[in-house]
Amino acid sequence: MRVARLASEIDFTSWRAAARTLRAEGVAPQAVVWTVERELFDLAPPSPTPAPASAHFTVPAAFVELAEQVILHRAPDRLALLYRILWRLEREPRLIDNPADPDMARARDMAKAVSRASHKMKAFVRFRLIEGAVGSRSAETYAAWFEPAHRVTEATAPFFVRRFTNLDWTILTPDACVAWDRERLTVSEGADPADAPSEDAQEELWRTYYASIFNPARLNPRQMRQEMPKRYWRNLPEAALIPDLIETAQERAAAMVAARPSKPPERKLKAALRHARDASYDGSLPTSLDDVAAGVEVCRRCDLWRDATQGVPGEGAPKAALMFVGEQPGDQEDLAGRPFVGPAGQMFDRALAEAGVPRDRTFVTNAVKHFKHEPRGKRRLHRTPDRGEVTACRWWLDAERRLVKPRVIVMLGATAALGVMGKPTPIGANRGKALQLSGQARGVVTYHPAFLLRVPDEEARARAYAEFVQDLRLAGELAGV
Amino acid sequence: MAVLDLRRKLAILSDAAKYDASCASSGAEKRTSVGGQGMGSTEGMGICHAYAPDGRCISLLKILLTNFCIYDCAYCINRVSSNTPRARFSVKEVVDLTLNFYKRNYIEGLFLSSGVIRTGDYTMEEMVRVAKSLRLDHDFRGYIHLKLIPEASPELAAEAGLYADRVSINIELPRDDSLAALAPEKSPTDIKRAMGRMRLAIDDHAEPARRAGRRSFARSQSTQLIVGADAAKDGDILARSANLYGAYRLGRVYYSAFSPIPDASHRLPLARPPLLREHRLYQADWLMRFYGFTRPEIVAEGEDLDLSVDPKTGWALKNRASFPVDVQTADKETLLRVPGLGAKAVERILAARKVTRLTLDDLKRVGAVLKRARAFVVTADWTPGALADRDSLRAALVQPQQLSLF
Repeated sequence: MRVARLASEIDFTSWRAAARTLRAEGVAPQAVVWTVERELFDLAPPSPTPAPASAHFTVPAAFVELAEQVILHRAPDRLALLYRILWRLEREPRLIDNPADPDMARARDMAKAVSRASHKMKAFVRFRLIEGAVGSRSAETYAAWFEPAHRVTEATAPFFVRRFTNLDWTILTPDACVAWDRERLTVSEGADPADAPSEDAQEELWRTYYASIFNPARLNPRQMRQEMPKRYWRNLPEAALIPDLIETAQERAAAMVAARPSKPPERKLKAALRHARDASYDGSLPTSLDDVAAGVEVCRRCDLWRDATQGVPGEGAPKAALMFVGEQPGDQEDLAGRPFVGPAGQMFDRALAEAGVPRDRTFVTNAVKHFKHEPRGKRRLHRTPDRGEVTACRWWLDAERRLVKPRVIVMLGATAALGVMGKPTPIGANRGKALQLSGQARGVVTYHPAFLLRVPDEEARARAYAEFVQDLRLAGELAGV
Repeated sequence: MAVLDLRRKLAILSDAAKYDASCASSGAEKRTSVGGQGMGSTEGMGICHAYAPDGRCISLLKILLTNFCIYDCAYCINRVSSNTPRARFSVKEVVDLTLNFYKRNYIEGLFLSSGVIRTGDYTMEEMVRVAKSLRLDHDFRGYIHLKLIPEASPELAAEAGLYADRVSINIELPRDDSLAALAPEKSPTDIKRAMGRMRLAIDDHAEPARRAGRRSFARSQSTQLIVGADAAKDGDILARSANLYGAYRLGRVYYSAFSPIPDASHRLPLARPPLLREHRLYQADWLMRFYGFTRPEIVAEGEDLDLSVDPKTGWALKNRASFPVDVQTADKETLLRVPGLGAKAVERILAARKVTRLTLDDLKRVGAVLKRARAFVVTADWTPGALADRDSLRAALVQPQQLSLF
């Protein structure tokens, strides 16, 4: 039987040195007893015998990481478990990749318990103010007493350094104490609860908050205990309130249910009247573009408003000679409330510039004013509006045509053509020429800029783009802009 | 006396904040107080500093700036017609409370909401002043969540984004028509528009801009839907969520079982909050976000979730033909659809099966819940066989005792 000694419960370096030696010498796990020398004050710190040359074996980095966590666990058999895994790794190098192996599962559970203990330390340390502490350079010094579930004090201290870099603080625990003076972190022997300050004036406020934020109608102490185990309660100032809060909860909830509303909501009725919105625009024709914008906002002529952010009316020069009609707002247009601002809009702007047509002298709108889409994960997929939706929205498109009175209307894509002409109009067969529309206006049909973005073949895309620019130029000439 | 006043205000204004389900302090950019004058850090993952007897975590100082409100939303304790005691914090009081609590490690930061006083802009401006003072005067680097007032101006919302880690606007009622009925002064369009603007602003400040050295900006937005105050079905609620996630890239949609409130409006159901329903909605939401399910697979519009089984088990029972699944060979997407296998267990199965032939015991060790999983899986030492009988299987999987969760 071999005895391996560590300088402290969490001394990973000496565990590693001892394990290396033992394994190099072929000492089987069942022939090793692991102990910690800490109590034996008269012994010099153990100096493990130097490992023989054959000790140069490698282990996966993942094992070292796991072992550094596991050693902080309080279970006495953790050292033996780690050595057994190390031993097995020689014959089963892929052991480390098997989360279903019993030894690996146990080690992982220990590491998880350690990480949970560290997390709870970050959560449940309660600092108390020591005013005018002796020897402190700052006016405020804070100290806390804490009892971690595992030996995580040193490992967790850097968290508090990052959080309270500019404060002086000490955390006392039975295992070890850590102190930060805004420059250095010092670790010392474990302490006694009596060494920590016993109260803080803010605790009364904190307890007030704790009691008030609790909703008695949702009482669920089991869930609370799961996340805030009783072992921590002793050092949490708010925990003293728990029994009373639980006891009175049912009664408070029942009282709320039983209580009758106290007064008739008079002001409420007035407010409702004040804010009543009139959604019916069908009766009267819009007489200005502002009317159209307001009407689109509350339009319920089809169901698209339900999932859209807002109606997107046309915008541009109010008396433009040239009007562009697209299909419908896209994702970006729906969010911004303006037409042609997304990727297709940028493509459109570029083509307009090439065709020599200034956008600010035109009017840009869509055949359908609300974004039609379906949710897919964290995205919205565009869906083409159907004939009913296009027909319903012609009310607004017609109003815009009537108010702007353009000489030329460019229909961008098949949906736009349907919206303007009122019947399906193939793009390929009709593009490149001036069509006669009702009233005095001429019409030009061409591709939708979003279509140009989707042509997969580069050559075909360049050709379509050139045709698109050509159509815009034709429209510009017809309109004289 | 002054202390007493502050205590009283704190009691009123945190009591008024307890109906907001959101408490998360995760998802902030990583920060420390190293090199600064003040204090605070965020490490990506939130920390819950305490748990209330309702089982909910306390991570932030969640308070209202004031519970005076000009609106009259029927479901809200702070509506103008309610007889609740009123209070109002000053900007400095909120700042000091936050700093004092933070120094003692009670909280991760501040969650500030407010009733609407005078105008939306006036209220929003006050809230922004709190966040601005914490960040600029005190170099506070902890977490800040600000509730946006939907009708406040876009400029103020954008300024809020400069100081907050997360912003939110509560929709509260899943259906627009119930919003119109119960909260006549709230406009669904105003809310959606404000969310849309905020998403554009968050996108605009996303990673490339950040790397180019621009000021940090809120990372995400969230919202809350109240469950059980109106007639909306679970299918409608989840359809609304799917839409919100897609449209505004919300970090979270919170579901809050409608609780009885003191001095409630007579138009609301004064019953125990439907906590199990809330729980099932969170499970379904989770399936949509992390397990590749679409909303129609889980529940149809106009229908409610089955309260007696979790939605994944419910789906599996309706799709028995897709099972059993061989854990040794099935792809990840398929494994994620097996009841009792969470995302973590699936990751571990994928790792372990490269090394070994998995048994039922192995599944248990990687964290699978065998009670639910065993009827749906094939392992090296197990085939479900006759368990495939649908009716008896359902009976074995429902958990009637869960109905008493309250």
